[in-house]
Amino acid sequence: MEGWDPSTKSTLTQIPLLTTKAGPRDGAAWTQRLKEEYKALIAYTQMNKSKDNDWFRISAANPEGTRWTGKCWYVHNLLKYEFDLQFDIPVAYPATAPELELPQLDGKTQKMYRGGKICLTVHFKPLWAKNCPRFGIAHALCLGLAPWLAAEIPILVDSGMIKHKDDTASSSES
Amino acid sequence: MEEELKQMLNELNSLKQSITDPSHRAPIDKLQLHVERLANLGNSGLVRRSKVKDMSAEVVDSNPYSRLMALQRMGIVENYESIREFSVAIVGVGGVGSVAAEMLTRCGIGRLLLYDYDKVELANMNRLFFRPEQVGMTKTDAAVQTLSDINPDVVLESYTLNITTVQGFDTFMSSLENKSFRPNKEGSGVDLVLSCVDNYEARMAVNQACNELNQTWMESGVSEDAVSGHIQLLIPGETACFACAPPLVVASGVDERTLKREGVCAASLPTTMGVVAGLLVQNTLKYLLKFGQVSPYLGYNSLKDFFPTMEMKPNPQCSNAACLQRQKEYSLEKPARDAAAKAKIEAEALLATEAPLHLDNEWSISVVDESELAKLDVKASDTLPEGLTRELPSADEYQTLRDEAPVSTIDDLEDLRKQLEALNSA
Repeated sequence: MEGWDPSTKSTLTQIPLLTTKAGPRDGAAWTQRLKEEYKALIAYTQMNKSKDNDWFRISAANPEGTRWTGKCWYVHNLLKYEFDLQFDIPVAYPATAPELELPQLDGKTQKMYRGGKICLTVHFKPLWAKNCPRFGIAHALCLGLAPWLAAEIPILVDSGMIKHKDDTASSSES
Repeated sequence: MEEELKQMLNELNSLKQSITDPSHRAPIDKLQLHVERLANLGNSGLVRRSKVKDMSAEVVDSNPYSRLMALQRMGIVENYESIREFSVAIVGVGGVGSVAAEMLTRCGIGRLLLYDYDKVELANMNRLFFRPEQVGMTKTDAAVQTLSDINPDVVLESYTLNITTVQGFDTFMSSLENKSFRPNKEGSGVDLVLSCVDNYEARMAVNQACNELNQTWMESGVSEDAVSGHIQLLIPGETACFACAPPLVVASGVDERTLKREGVCAASLPTTMGVVAGLLVQNTLKYLLKFGQVSPYLGYNSLKDFFPTMEMKPNPQCSNAACLQRQKEYSLEKPARDAAAKAKIEAEALLATEAPLHLDNEWSISVVDESELAKLDVKASDTLPEGLTRELPSADEYQTLRDEAPVSTIDDLEDLRKQLEALNSA
């Protein structure tokens, strides 16, 4: 974990760790895991809000809790850039991490696989594998998505690949 | 081309009608005839060969299987035509999978099941099989198009889905279980699954499916730098599963700034991928047609042309529950396996001549089985001298200890969901 910034580290230690090793095919054990996922997400969201660092919304898109949708945003130069966020819980979960998708950015950056799956290979997958099954969705957002947004969004904005929604609105009006 | 010719005919027609002088019509009629002939020529090139009912060994130019059936004459394969009864599932129709599919198609395999969710791109053209005009098609559709032209005898099934999602996985499982092709086959509906995917998630999904179905499969992979690869045979319970030996995880602390400028794009070479596909299908043919020795693992290092082989036993602490179940079943079948092996050896001994190999043995030389000695040594090292105990539990005890994990407090799932929704809307 050396190399991560202190605030991410301290945030991470406050997200509750999970104990049940179960995936969507494990029946009752998966329900138990899902409860733990919710608890971790609730704790993480509350923590973000209390620190005035709220940056995502996520909720299960089906009753089984295998598909999740929501939004995430990043503030760059005092402007807020918001994106749809979605992912599936893979069948081999939690042995394999969820593949976080930002479909609106598909094709706009090299650090992405087809369909808008952000690249987690180097900075996150080893951590996830080492901490299986203690890491959950909340940890994936904290250690996978947050650093990706912090690294990629400024480049995408500065290179003109993405525009702020007010910018695009005014340019289309003029 | 067909479209262009049709347009040309239409334009000629309108030209003919616009001309009032009848003497000019004759050359236009002539032109029209030429175009029609051209169109016919183009069509005749696309004629497909008809299906072949029985594989024949007859050596004539028109027999697509003569060179394959010759394997029987050469004494390599006992019954080549049995290949038509086999079903092979290929997961991932990329650089390795598509070439493997073409090889099996040309070999006259009975049925091929293809799985991929990707589309053909120009960036794929450094590899074999796909053609530039197929860009934009799904890989499965493009593969079926080419393969059915090459050999219409092969039954092709294509599935455009992502097997790592819950929904895709269910379809994947049921397609493997479907036995409509050969209803009296034991086990699942396919004889072998070939994993030709490029990521860990998909491999784990194939592993999960095959462990659950007790389905033998083969793994293949090419390294990110495109200069080495491997194939591996996985028999649930008997050999290591993909989760038994997880990839070495080196969790290095990575600064978030370091992830800025490293392309995701991996390197690939048609050569390495072709070699790995060749090794994979060769092993597949040996496994299905029962000739030669099926490799449990075969590596390929192209920089040094080094081909390591090895065997891997299953991990008794494997994290995959289905793998542990298969291991248990396999160990329960051990007495039956031993008896069969013994009977085979005895039958061979009976066939051998009773006479001694050498009439005299002046120096009392005898042959000792080294493997027996090695087994004795292992046993000896396993037992400790009196008074000593092991600090760490053995693997079997470890397993039972893990099961006693404390059950955390039970909450209502719906309550938790509402709690998160409340936070989301706040």
